[in-house]
Amino acid sequence: MTTHHLEIKDLTVAYQRVPAVHHISLDLHCGHCIALLGPNGAGKTTFFKALVGLVPKETGEVSFGGHGKVGADKDIAYLPQRSVIDWDFPVTVRGMVEMGRYMRIGNWGRFGKADDDAVDLALRTMDLADLADRQISALSGGQQQRAFLARSLAQDAHVFLLDEPFTGLDKTAQDLLGQAIRKLASAGNLVIASHHDLKSVPELFDQVIFLNGELIAFGDTLEVFNEENTARTYRTHIFSGMHEHHSELARST
Amino acid sequence: MQRALFGCALIGFTNGVLSAFIVLRRLALMADAMAHSLLPGVAVALILFGLAPGNLFFGALVAALLVGLGVQIISGSSRIKEDTSLGLLFACSFSLGLVLLSLSPAQVNVTHYLFGNILGLSDSDLWIIYLIGFIVLPTLVAFQRPLLLMMFEPSVAASQGVLVRLLNYLLMGLLVLSMISSLQAVGVVLALGMLIAPAATIYLCSDSFAAMFWGGGILGMIGSCLGLLVSYWLNLPSGACIVLVLGVIFLLAYLLSPKYGVLSKFLRRRHLHEESLARWEEQSAISSRAPNASEEK
Repeated sequence: MTTHHLEIKDLTVAYQRVPAVHHISLDLHCGHCIALLGPNGAGKTTFFKALVGLVPKETGEVSFGGHGKVGADKDIAYLPQRSVIDWDFPVTVRGMVEMGRYMRIGNWGRFGKADDDAVDLALRTMDLADLADRQISALSGGQQQRAFLARSLAQDAHVFLLDEPFTGLDKTAQDLLGQAIRKLASAGNLVIASHHDLKSVPELFDQVIFLNGELIAFGDTLEVFNEENTARTYRTHIFSGMHEHHSELARST
Repeated sequence: MQRALFGCALIGFTNGVLSAFIVLRRLALMADAMAHSLLPGVAVALILFGLAPGNLFFGALVAALLVGLGVQIISGSSRIKEDTSLGLLFACSFSLGLVLLSLSPAQVNVTHYLFGNILGLSDSDLWIIYLIGFIVLPTLVAFQRPLLLMMFEPSVAASQGVLVRLLNYLLMGLLVLSMISSLQAVGVVLALGMLIAPAATIYLCSDSFAAMFWGGGILGMIGSCLGLLVSYWLNLPSGACIVLVLGVIFLLAYLLSPKYGVLSKFLRRRHLHEESLARWEEQSAISSRAPNASEEK
């Protein structure tokens, strides 16, 4: 197993001084499929966006593999919710995966044999080789999700942040996507997916993060995925009064 | 006439290539507003510096930039959303332009700027068109990859290190430039046609971005030249003819595009239906035969 890990120290993200997620410290190791659980508004998407530098960090540090991260990076890939993508965009599955290579070769680098090979490999790994020439709207939901994974794979990313990848998938598609992310994890990558269907957590993920404004619990699914943590995450109100406390702290400093 | 055709081809190509970005980035309304806001700039330049194409060019550029900036300021500092402030500003600046033009000491024909007059193209006009073409096209080609990433999904592009905000401004700048070049050909009101129709047409026919990019340019070029010829033969206004020709080509694609055309889709659906009907009949024939078959045994 690789020793790469994603280290998050005291991460706080605020929108106009109101913290959305605060004081999160985590040490996540590659080779795991991690579920990010929490009610709506718990800051799951914000957490992801902070990791890739899409929203500014109020405090804290994120580092991967030992070197500090200041923002966008090719090691960490963020996959947004399927609904925000314009699937009518004139691009084939292959073209979309090729976009993943662009940040490797830059704006003017030549798209060479190595890049073609990387794209082919990514398509095969995600079982999309047969569909490579289809326009992206002609894919099913699960296939679209896998196409996005293939794109990040072509980018040579090591950390995959998936925003609700299983939403709206039927059982078969869910199983296929589950296989795909386990394949990525066992190849030494780190997969973190925000998730809503609690029933399917044990079969899909081997670790769990409970998040509701702050970190509630993190650990192996077998240990921390229990009634108590679920109740603490989902039944408490967001920030559970802590918000007042923190803004007072912020004012006094 | 030859000069007009030449100018037309270049304007058509530049606008056509750019139109891929306008259509995919959904900037049509923005582009329309920008085009209308060119008018007060033209008018002010005309009053202050007289009727020279260089002056008009800079006047238009400043006006478009001011309106673009104004939109950002108003929507950023109040609860007014971007489309509202855009609509408001462009109507106001267009009106201001009309008022200024009517006050201008030199008697100018307003319709010349509203609807274009490509046959009146001067040498310096042509030079400006060349210059703009040589700025816009190479820039678009050079930044094709980050632009593509941005148009596909801005937040993912940003997470990959694409400077989304900067690219947006760049795109706006190129938009203003190419609109100024089409001012002479089709005028303020009709400029939008050349900036949208070509890529919209290709969008209905192809799933490739490269096709939209280059195809839009070629289609824009052909459509513009064809429009000009039609206007010449039938003695009709040139700008309107250009946009109409592009519109007719779009309509054909809308109806007949093999993949996304409305008419072809309709025909294909019927075909599918027949197919499933045949399958159903076949199946019901088998099931009705089945009991007989078992009886025979």
